[in-house]
Amino acid sequence: MAGAEDLKLLGMWASPFVLRAKLALSLKGLNYEYVEEDLKNKSELLLKSNPVHNKVPVLIHNGKPVCESTVIVQYIDEAFAGTGLSLLPSDPYERALARFWAAYIDDKLLPSWTKTSRGSTEEERAEGKEQSAVAVENLEGALRECSKGKPFFGGDNPGYVDVILGGLLGWVRASEELYGINPFDPAKTPLLAAWAERFGALEAVDPVIPEVNKLVEVAKMMQAKLAAEAAGASN
Amino acid sequence: MGETVKLIGAFGSGFAHRAEVALRFKGVPYELILEDLRNKSELLLKHNPVHKLVPVLLHGDRSVCESLVIVEYIDEAFDGPRLLPADPYERAVARFWAHFIDQKFAKPFWMSFWLTDEEARRRILTEAKQNLSLLEAQLEGKPFFGGDSIGLVDIAACALAHWVGVFEEVCGVAVLTDEEYPELCEWAKRYINDETVKQCLPSRGELVAIFSSCKEMFRAIADSQHK
Repeated sequence: MAGAEDLKLLGMWASPFVLRAKLALSLKGLNYEYVEEDLKNKSELLLKSNPVHNKVPVLIHNGKPVCESTVIVQYIDEAFAGTGLSLLPSDPYERALARFWAAYIDDKLLPSWTKTSRGSTEEERAEGKEQSAVAVENLEGALRECSKGKPFFGGDNPGYVDVILGGLLGWVRASEELYGINPFDPAKTPLLAAWAERFGALEAVDPVIPEVNKLVEVAKMMQAKLAAEAAGASN
Repeated sequence: MGETVKLIGAFGSGFAHRAEVALRFKGVPYELILEDLRNKSELLLKHNPVHKLVPVLLHGDRSVCESLVIVEYIDEAFDGPRLLPADPYERAVARFWAHFIDQKFAKPFWMSFWLTDEEARRRILTEAKQNLSLLEAQLEGKPFFGGDSIGLVDIAACALAHWVGVFEEVCGVAVLTDEEYPELCEWAKRYINDETVKQCLPSRGELVAIFSSCKEMFRAIADSQHK
């Protein structure tokens, strides 16, 4: 138990990026203080700790801030190397593969999902849908390659890619109710669908994922707000 | 370890330079394979089926893609001077800035040279200059972002050291000026004059010639990406 270390996580409950940090901390069995930020009224601590982006998550370890979710997860793994699971493998090539797929999730998968749900034109949303299909197909292949028949991207135990993709699970679950889409369709991406169930059910993961109905509520409020703004703008 | 190392790159690619300079710093012998990106080889398509881009590092039967992933791989797989610091916190800082450079100075910065929509170009340029100021502040009087020697962040920022000057000449704009960014400009000179870097830096003259002939194409690409 790393209770003597001073670990603080600045976050927002619905953020998939913050969830990544929580998952890493939880999987490694680390204690930390969680601070919920009001993103419309950011704290001095947040602004001071992340002056470049002013965004969450920020992990503050013994007073020193670490920013960017992928950087935070790797930091947690390296700074607490002796504690709990190792998130990154020890072999340099397997580490490179893990980093490649983590980058793919942020550079290709996420933007395609955003385009699908928030594209401003019908054409853009259709493009997003096409790109999403390619992206999940590639990730299905990645899971097959990285897991080598074992339950997780990390093999027997969840690892870096599981955490980076796992951060999106709350929104993946909410997507069905919001958009009638399961991004990890068992018919098209059976490995990913099974992975999502399995990872989500882990003792260290299940309690950390935000509740789907709350995410749906937040998304619906956002949609209503955007619709009202659009209606007001066109008057 | 006698496994063959090959690097698939393309002349003038700043991303390929990142991988090549990392190999040179580690003293790793390699074969450089130059692609014609308008006519991609079977080798490239086989080893980078996801992105079909350069650079790709082939080490024995392993292939590694994405320039910064390759740089970290080279740092970990081969002996030689460290490209990333040993301390976990300093590594996190280095990764943060490398990521920042990739996010802010790849596409957005490029747009500030090539967009034909003057107003949009100026807006993007203003943001780019704010980001340059953040980088300027990061140097804090050190010779390199990595401290006394070139490291991950310097390598990630190589385009700022060399390619930006080429764009400035081709487009007739001055962005990275001595007056506004004195430390960055000194850093750039130090980077391109480093003995190891010099071995794999494409000549400025050749880059100017190539990019000058590509002006219309770059403008068309920038406009289509901006929408």
